[in-house]
Amino acid sequence: MLGYILRRILATLPVVLAVAVMVFCLLRLTPGDPALILAGDSATPEQLEKIRAHMGLDRSIPTQFLLWGTQVLKGDLGVSLHSGTPVTSMIAARVGPSFALAVSTIVLSVLVAVPLGVFAAWRRGTRVDRGVMAFSVLGFSVPIFVTGYALIMLFSMKLGWLPVQGYKPLSAGIGPFAQHLLLPTVALATGFIALIARIARSSILEVMGEDFIRTARAKGITERAVLVAHALGNAAVPIITVIGISIALLISGVVVTESVFNLPGLGRLVVESVLARDYPLIQGLLLLFSMVYIAVNLLIDILYSVVDPRIRY
Amino acid sequence: MTIGKTSKSWLGRTGAALALTAVATLFNPAGAQTLSVVMASKLTVLDPVLTASHQTRNHGYMIYDTLLATDLDNKIQPQMADKWTISPDGKTYTFTLREGLKFHDGAPVKSEDCIASIQRWAQQDKIGRQVMPLVTEMTPVDDKTFKVVLSKPVDLLTALARPSGLPSFIMPKRVAMTPATQAITDYTGSGPFKFVKAEFQPGVKVVYEKNKDYVPRKEAPSGVAGGKVVNVDRVEWVAMADSMTMVNALTSGEVDYVETVPFDLVPMVKASKGVTVRTLDKLGYQPMYRFNQLQPPFDNKLIRQAAMYAIGQDETLKAQVGDPAYFKTCAAVFGCNLPYSSNKHADMIVPSNIAKAKELLKQAKYDGAPVAILHATDIAMASALPVVMAQELRQAGFNVQLQAMDFMTMLSRRANRDVPAKGGWSIFVTTWHTSEISDPLRNYGISANGEKAWFGWPTVPAIESLRENFLFARTDKERKDIAEQLQDVMLDEGVAVTLGQIVTAAAYSNKLSGVLESPAPVFWNIKKSDAK
Repeated sequence: MLGYILRRILATLPVVLAVAVMVFCLLRLTPGDPALILAGDSATPEQLEKIRAHMGLDRSIPTQFLLWGTQVLKGDLGVSLHSGTPVTSMIAARVGPSFALAVSTIVLSVLVAVPLGVFAAWRRGTRVDRGVMAFSVLGFSVPIFVTGYALIMLFSMKLGWLPVQGYKPLSAGIGPFAQHLLLPTVALATGFIALIARIARSSILEVMGEDFIRTARAKGITERAVLVAHALGNAAVPIITVIGISIALLISGVVVTESVFNLPGLGRLVVESVLARDYPLIQGLLLLFSMVYIAVNLLIDILYSVVDPRIRY
Repeated sequence: MTIGKTSKSWLGRTGAALALTAVATLFNPAGAQTLSVVMASKLTVLDPVLTASHQTRNHGYMIYDTLLATDLDNKIQPQMADKWTISPDGKTYTFTLREGLKFHDGAPVKSEDCIASIQRWAQQDKIGRQVMPLVTEMTPVDDKTFKVVLSKPVDLLTALARPSGLPSFIMPKRVAMTPATQAITDYTGSGPFKFVKAEFQPGVKVVYEKNKDYVPRKEAPSGVAGGKVVNVDRVEWVAMADSMTMVNALTSGEVDYVETVPFDLVPMVKASKGVTVRTLDKLGYQPMYRFNQLQPPFDNKLIRQAAMYAIGQDETLKAQVGDPAYFKTCAAVFGCNLPYSSNKHADMIVPSNIAKAKELLKQAKYDGAPVAILHATDIAMASALPVVMAQELRQAGFNVQLQAMDFMTMLSRRANRDVPAKGGWSIFVTTWHTSEISDPLRNYGISANGEKAWFGWPTVPAIESLRENFLFARTDKERKDIAEQLQDVMLDEGVAVTLGQIVTAAAYSNKLSGVLESPAPVFWNIKKSDAK
């Protein structure tokens, strides 16, 4: 297993390199000039050239890539073209809200969706099952911003229980931290609960028809024990897969949630940096995201072998 | 800001950033009265000379002061200057600084600081670039007095006083010596607020604290002039990407002040209790468009005029703004109801006259050459305008291609001089703050010196010579006459076409009093009541 993990980590290096090259090239092919934004409408061509030179944009694209690549190898992602702030600082300042939101969303989604899916499978064909499925369709179909606004309207504007927007880090206290994170978590988790619950239900139902379940029942084991000890464990692989996909989706899907609840996270930073053509910042963020994707995939692969001993690498 | 710049270790930076929150808590002592503000856009660039961004200008008014300023009636008033004299030949200006001026680091403001600041500003500012070649001498007389000698008499006061995209802010000499195309990293000013660098998060939050050593002028505040008395301890600019969230935060009391409420949300905010909705910036914005005069079909004057007849201000502004309380139609290229306002050619650009447009197209033998309109969909102040313009042009018989894109792409496409089929364009729309276009020198959109002109590249020598005459005009009467002639030529040639004027609505909690009207949002004079 250790050898496998090491091999997988080594295998990520060319992937990261490919991502870096692609991101760098795609950005340079996209129309837009960050110097123009800075210089403003009335800048003379000479002023524009000076600003470009100062930003390093006057150099050839291979030279720019080489410089950036060398910096990245040293752990330095460069500085934002607009604010002059180191990219790593900007990412570090924004990673807290996104990380907190992602973790709370996944935890809430798994805690609610898996039991819900198992319960629906157990009560297949009943009103409970149909109710869970109806919720799944609704939860997956309603856009996050609608859910978000509805939650804000009810819990913040009408009842006044929770803040409308903003983020408080853990250092400000668990109370304020949780208060600010609760609504965005619920809004974002709704879709994931729906997705995971559906997969959990169908996986359990598939397993419930297997011979070993019939054998277990024939041995007189209670239905609860059949579900939890036999069915759930064997249905875990697709559930883990969809949880992994959810984490990956979360990385790219937090933009709307962060905007609606004004969380200063990475999702908003990506949008802002793309609109401003802040090349080093976009490159740094996409590199980070690709590494998270790779790490999540690796983790999921490892988990497969943990939950299903038949899987060996 | 260079790509090759090395920096500290990743771990070090991460640690520093994560420690930001703890620092923020330390910097915000309990009981400090804080004004929480949502500005129209986020602040990322902190150098008010490097960029003409309004948000950077607003930041400048917080931490810097200006030698001169304009009041609400557009009159020039002393600000850091105590007084000034102009020699009878109009060539020598002598400024004397008022007592008590100090930078945030405690150093007194001296003549040499003003000179260095003006020199840096003049490299970037439109009027500064026109005036500086005429300056033969700019020297300190003593620590408090300096003089500017010109080879020809020009109106230097207006250049230094106007609250345009690049106001002439005064910085310490050591900061002002930074090349004008390189961002400053020392944010020491002498203004009524101090920038709290430790709490700055680009795109998230900017924090200012009261400059307790600031000595305000004795006069009442007016516009960006007069006594800048700060009544709160801190001002926090919080960036919000979503308009609805911003409005919810205001009405629920989480923020105190919103610089610009989107027009569609104004009725909702007006209906909220405890909130005042007001237009604080009476000058507002002027949307305008330019033709690409190098390529068909707008290389033909008659076809340009046909388009101008087809496009009506009322229709476009109704789509963009909606409520007539927030827009007015007017032909004035240099701003409605301002000193150089003129109604010349209003019949061509204010109402939509499709019949006349069709007649002119026929006369010009328009062959159906495509009209590509660049449509920047992410600019809230102008995103609806191209849609209506396109429809009106189609009604007149133009073959229109409305090309949607983000603002940055539009900036790049705009520089392409080719035909639309090769990535070029025919019309682009933009928006200026009215203070940026209120005279022929400042209004860059009217430049018409061919290849060297602003995007659209018209060649109209009369315009350039009239602009030069304006620079050297000595009386207001002369200037008004020249501006009138300019409007005539400009619209006849279709150099730059105004789409009227828009004002925005600001909203703030009723806990606030003393909120000032001004062409740039200002936070002095505001008092915040602690009543729930």
